[in-house]
Amino acid sequence: MNGTSVIDVGRPAIRRRTLSRSLRGGLKGGEYTWAVAFVVPYIAVFLTFVAYPVVYGLWMGSEASLYRELFADPIYQSTVVNTILYLALGVNVKMFLALLLSGFFMRPGWWMKALLLIFVLPWAVPQISTFISIHWMLNGEWGFLNNVLYTLFHIEGPSWLNDRWSALGAVIVSHIWKWTPFWTLILLAGRMAIPLEISDSAKVDGATGMRGFVHITFPLLANLYLICTLLSTIFLLGDFNAVNFVSGGGPANQGHVLATLGIRNAFEIAQPRLGVAAVMSALPLVIPLVIVLMRKLRTSEVQI
Amino acid sequence: MSTIAADARLATRASSRAHSSERLRRYLRNLGTFVLSTVIVVWTLAPLYNMVLISLEPEGDVFTDHIWPRVPSVESFWGVLTQGHWYLEHFWRQFANSLYIGLMVTFFALLFGTLTSFAIGRMRIRHGWLVTNAALLTYVIPASFLAIPFYRIMQNYGLANNPWSVIAALVAFATPYAIFVFQEYGRSIPIEVDESARIDGASPPQIYLRIYLPLMAPALVAVGTYALLLAWNEYLYQFLLLSSKANMTVPVALAQFLSSDQSPWNYMMATAIIYAAPPVAIYYAFRRRMTAGLTMGGVKG
Repeated sequence: MNGTSVIDVGRPAIRRRTLSRSLRGGLKGGEYTWAVAFVVPYIAVFLTFVAYPVVYGLWMGSEASLYRELFADPIYQSTVVNTILYLALGVNVKMFLALLLSGFFMRPGWWMKALLLIFVLPWAVPQISTFISIHWMLNGEWGFLNNVLYTLFHIEGPSWLNDRWSALGAVIVSHIWKWTPFWTLILLAGRMAIPLEISDSAKVDGATGMRGFVHITFPLLANLYLICTLLSTIFLLGDFNAVNFVSGGGPANQGHVLATLGIRNAFEIAQPRLGVAAVMSALPLVIPLVIVLMRKLRTSEVQI
Repeated sequence: MSTIAADARLATRASSRAHSSERLRRYLRNLGTFVLSTVIVVWTLAPLYNMVLISLEPEGDVFTDHIWPRVPSVESFWGVLTQGHWYLEHFWRQFANSLYIGLMVTFFALLFGTLTSFAIGRMRIRHGWLVTNAALLTYVIPASFLAIPFYRIMQNYGLANNPWSVIAALVAFATPYAIFVFQEYGRSIPIEVDESARIDGASPPQIYLRIYLPLMAPALVAVGTYALLLAWNEYLYQFLLLSSKANMTVPVALAQFLSSDQSPWNYMMATAIIYAAPPVAIYYAFRRRMTAGLTMGGVKG
């Protein structure tokens, strides 16, 4: 379209024509122009606001000395431990609960439908509102949780967010609270998609209860469960809000995960390159995840 | 028919001894359902109840130890709506900013999403799979990981503290999902519809406007809701890119409350509830469409 490039000069005209035809697919000239015009806006958005920042980020975090500095930082070391715990517990506990609860919500009756309406509230309410509320709930002196403990059991609760492990635990529980409903709905849809004939004939053959689950339901759900787990791993790795609002990366910067440490390094201590390096250190996990997920999502047509 | 009924009667008589254990089992099952339901309700509502409880406290009564509102007061809601606290002096402006960003993101995600999936799915443009892969890649990259370079780039462009920088970022992250859902939904519309229009002499833009978009209406609603809620609920990019109080959105303003230890918690929670009300209402209004969008094309597994 922009005239001939250097490479094209001197090539036989006929080859160029077949090349251009193969590029166009079955479309005629005018239609091809339209089709290109239709995809160009998204391609422009992708290149400017996704590809360019990716490349820019890779460039910002490309110095080896950054990583020496980063790995020597005790805050970074505790961040890595937190991130691993957050991933391992946050993803698996949540997905397992979602798997069980999706079975529970398969039961018939108006009561289940009403319960489901309440159950999805954490997902419907914006993250910031709920995480701020949880943050205040866990306040040692005036928080709702300790007030309840005192009123009902006369127990003086601790300052939940002043201890590294209970603060991290609070973040994990908040994440589970917020996202279990979403994944339950996905797995519920997956269970509903299992043809009735299969589960009915399995019941006739005696595969009820636990046996039906192990031999029929779970094998049929396994692929979906795996994709959900992988997706949720990558979503959780990029999660900023739960950590930022529930514990604030505290106490004393002991409660960060990689996503919040990156932002903290870049904007609080004004070392953007160190921030990018913190995020980039997750690449050995991100790249395989992205590759596997892209394959899975493309082939099995599961969409979330 | 009668033999079946007789068989059934026989069977019941034979199992009369097993009957009471069956009843016990059903009773235990119902009890289990009841206990689990109660746990779910308490667990789900606790943080939300805490929000309502604190928002109903009169100012100064927040630092107490009761677990129900002693003297419920709507003072803090009134304070938010009339911008009565200095934290809230731009509340309506910020609300409008959130709405503006949400609507723009929705519009552009729908526009770019439909155009792209029309060209790839309906016009079958060659190498369309490359674009689909780019979208897929965007969908699986954590947005927060790109925040620092994105911020730098926006500063270089002179777009810092400009709502369009946020809109650009959110459109980039919302459009991939739109493309998937549209392509998936579009498969249910026979391609012959387009072909016959083409034979009748319709140009691609005419097919797109007159045939494709109307047939895609349900998917447009699902994705539109998704994009609107994504933009309304997003925090990190809005926090980094919008710095002045007049350009801020509600979630960023809400987080500003946390900057001091002596935060007016009742105002903060009232703001949090007012901010949460539109998405919750939209969610429940479009619930069926939303879940249809989530699993559109079937969770085939």
